[in-house]
Amino acid sequence: MKLLHLAVAALAVLPVIPAALPLIPAAHAASMMSMAPAKPKNWTVGDIVVSGAYARATLPNAPVGGGFFSITNKGNADDTLMSASSPAAGSVQLHDMKMEGGVMRMRPLADGITIPAGKTVALAPNGLHLMFTQLKQRFEKGKSVVVTLTFAKAGTLTVELPVGDVGANAPPGASAPAAPNAMGGMKM
Amino acid sequence: MNLRTFRIVLWSAVVVVAIAAAGLYMFVKPTTGGFGGGQYTLETGAGQPFTAASLTGGPSMLFFGYTHCPDVCPTTLSEMAAWYGQLGDAGKPLRAFFVTVDPERDTPAVINDYVHAVSDRVTGVTGTPSEVGKMETAWGVYAKKVPMADGDYSMDHTATVYLIDSRGQFQGTIAYDEDSATALQKLKNLIAKG
Repeated sequence: MKLLHLAVAALAVLPVIPAALPLIPAAHAASMMSMAPAKPKNWTVGDIVVSGAYARATLPNAPVGGGFFSITNKGNADDTLMSASSPAAGSVQLHDMKMEGGVMRMRPLADGITIPAGKTVALAPNGLHLMFTQLKQRFEKGKSVVVTLTFAKAGTLTVELPVGDVGANAPPGASAPAAPNAMGGMKM
Repeated sequence: MNLRTFRIVLWSAVVVVAIAAAGLYMFVKPTTGGFGGGQYTLETGAGQPFTAASLTGGPSMLFFGYTHCPDVCPTTLSEMAAWYGQLGDAGKPLRAFFVTVDPERDTPAVINDYVHAVSDRVTGVTGTPSEVGKMETAWGVYAKKVPMADGDYSMDHTATVYLIDSRGQFQGTIAYDEDSATALQKLKNLIAKG
């Protein structure tokens, strides 16, 4: 259903594009929407591989932002993402978000995020995520955010999070539709 | 008193008690406000007063959120914008209000810029902490500060979109991340009801 939701939202937004960009020929607008993304990158340190990384664009006056990616542990021992830091934010925290009875609850993860041996842990909307606070500037779609991750065993790994739409659910240009809420992006 | 008379008296008593109970129920039942009703005076991002009466005169979506919100609030705003896009002209009567649960940080100017970055159709609403608290109570909204490691705080809060008819009466909800087709149908029903 989520895919349908995204597809319907994306289709509904399409007719708005020519109206919003009256001076840009439709063909050009279409190519802008594809955003000609670079092939999604993987980053590796030791047995740890980080993939599918992205951040969401932030709104004005919102000094916080979310970062998402998958972490795969190819080793035979568990590892733990202990902390993260970024030149783009005063602080980066590991958080978990849950919806409980219609209430959004967010909790810092003081003990980090464990990546069991041989497993992949996804940081994704509505769950585990990096929370950037005290942003130095807004996260703008099309730019990227650099983050250094510190793992207990594998050490540090610097990755780049391309910034997608305000409501992005996948990296820009990934096969899953990343722009269900393109209207948010259109105005920025 | 024969048995027949006794039976008539008894049934009469039953009818009288039933009418009295119904009358008492009508009398005691709150006829003003109901869920979401109450006395509160907040302010829109444009500096206009906002009260329970502001939720009358047209169908409305009502959401409680805050600007220092990394996920749920921008997502919901984006979805509102997408719903407006999908509704097209049919969505013209529909209003949307984004009420802050963090009035200490969300001034009218702050919330105005925030919501309008996503959609001009959404009205930001803030106020003094006590007035915002009254509105939260009226709508049964949960909102609580949660300290973060850096000394800052986030807000746990109800993340449901309330649907309100043009008389200001609660008609239903759209849950966070509800399937888009269902959400749209709910909005169409609300608009049709007027």
